[in-house]
Amino acid sequence: MYGPDMERAECYHLRAIAMAETKITLEQVRHVARLARLEWSPEQEERLRADMDEMLAYVDKLNELDTKDVAPTTQVGEAGMPMRDDEVTNRPAADAMLANAPSRERDYFKVPKIIE
Amino acid sequence: MASELNKLTIAEASSKLRAREITAMQLTRDCLDRIAAAEPRLHAFITVCEKQAFEQARAADARLAAGNAPAMCGIPLGIKDIYATKGIRTTCASRILGTFVPPFDATVIERLRADGAIFVGKTNMDEFAMGSSTENSAFGPTMNPHDTARVAGGSSGGSAAAVAAHECLGALGTDTGGSIREPASFCGVVGIKPTYSRVSRYGVVAYASSLDQVGPFARSVRDAAIIIRTIAGKDVRDSTCSARPVPDYERALTGDVKGLRIGVPREYFVEGMQPEVEQSIRSALKSYESLGASTVEISLPHTGYAIAAYYLVATAEASANLARYDGIRFGLRVNAEDNIALYETTRAQGFGAEVKRRIMLGTFALSAGYYDAYYLKAQKVRTLIRNDFERAFEKCDLIVTPVAPTTAFKIGEKMNDPLTMYLSDIFTISVNLAGLPGMSIPCGHDSNNLPIGMQLIAPPFAEETILRAGDAFERTGAFKPRTAAGTL
Repeated sequence: MYGPDMERAECYHLRAIAMAETKITLEQVRHVARLARLEWSPEQEERLRADMDEMLAYVDKLNELDTKDVAPTTQVGEAGMPMRDDEVTNRPAADAMLANAPSRERDYFKVPKIIE
Repeated sequence: MASELNKLTIAEASSKLRAREITAMQLTRDCLDRIAAAEPRLHAFITVCEKQAFEQARAADARLAAGNAPAMCGIPLGIKDIYATKGIRTTCASRILGTFVPPFDATVIERLRADGAIFVGKTNMDEFAMGSSTENSAFGPTMNPHDTARVAGGSSGGSAAAVAAHECLGALGTDTGGSIREPASFCGVVGIKPTYSRVSRYGVVAYASSLDQVGPFARSVRDAAIIIRTIAGKDVRDSTCSARPVPDYERALTGDVKGLRIGVPREYFVEGMQPEVEQSIRSALKSYESLGASTVEISLPHTGYAIAAYYLVATAEASANLARYDGIRFGLRVNAEDNIALYETTRAQGFGAEVKRRIMLGTFALSAGYYDAYYLKAQKVRTLIRNDFERAFEKCDLIVTPVAPTTAFKIGEKMNDPLTMYLSDIFTISVNLAGLPGMSIPCGHDSNNLPIGMQLIAPPFAEETILRAGDAFERTGAFKPRTAAGTL
């Protein structure tokens, strides 16, 4: 699975698996897109579904491993979260903060009307 | 004939600067001249900061004249466009941040500034550091200085190419799954991913927070050691950043590797790898043996599961980290009828294809009903991969592997095949999952004269071991990296 040829071979193999078993439906893709706040055209949706299907078929190999008694790794850093005094260390700088705003009015970010 | 001070190493330039044999202005001018000449064929930079660089050079010269300047004073660097740089556009190679000018500096930028380093520009990268070739940049790909038909690697491809082509003396990159080591290997320079938490990530645009780490590119191990020394260490603004004292890494460069036990994982040398890559690594191992180190075969049995675990953990974290790009407070906004539509169209137009693909996969892996099967499962496999390394380091001090299964591939070759692209990170990804320090160092060329990189991996916070071993290999002169400068 390491060289270009082997990589290709593995990908063909995966595609065969993906075709045999659908991992994700178009309806699920649309649901996830809504959660992720991403808009897709109908043609993009189908291509995306195929790509996700292939990836999900690939990650299925993790199920070859028995992880019943394995604890998850959430962080690899050193244990403990440092504490500090709750003091303001940054001074108000409205202009600097708003300099990149797509739209502003006085010292506020301006957004489309939310409540009718 | 130009003076070509841009070809100096950081160590050489630093001593000449402090001896007042050269000035920071001359050095900066040579780098900027080189950038002007090479960029049309290379595209290593998104933004070149000529005016700011000369201002920094003038200040550095004043400081050097006063004496007692730090090692990085007056040294021109390339900065991956993922670091917040006050007053300098920071795009992360994305349309969504195309005009973003940060009002603050990342901690590492602040530290380099404080020591008088000079920033010649912001380097190209895969959008949001998602990629292995710098082809996913909204500004177009970076070309490999050794062969401009090939990729520079990624995601920090611009930084690697800029250092290889002598556009600057060193550079900063970031490494989430190999994004420093793979481009260093493809471009024939030294690249280090320090231990997770060794360097502050404050002001670094987040991709996958449990994996991201900051690190340098340089043309020698010593130069990389000088940069890490400057940027590493506790930062109250990054709660994951380690409070351990930072050693003087240069003192580790003794050239002595006698008695060092080098582990060689059998899972990293398998059929299908480009034969010249394996030959180069085997011959480097022989060099180590002749220096008095010993080699021992080890096993990292879960290597084959690393990419699958990575693409669930990294995409899940990315889907959360990239939620902030909503078109409200900064970055691109595409107006629409209501707020939800504004988010959806802004993100659809602001992000590139690969970024959106990863956000989708990550959102799915975290969504109700799939969390346990995908995200939690991947985190458990991550534990197995960490355990592999812990067990291996009972038998050795250092692990040596190839950086990538092949040398630099052609531009466009893997762009329509995300999974094949992902597989080019097969040898680097486990190191991020386990949080270990890893280095790529040039160790050979293939028949097309493309650089081959060797990866050195150590236990957490044992940067000194990989630096010492890398430096010792450089000193043998067993392999002299071919300069990329002559080919452009």
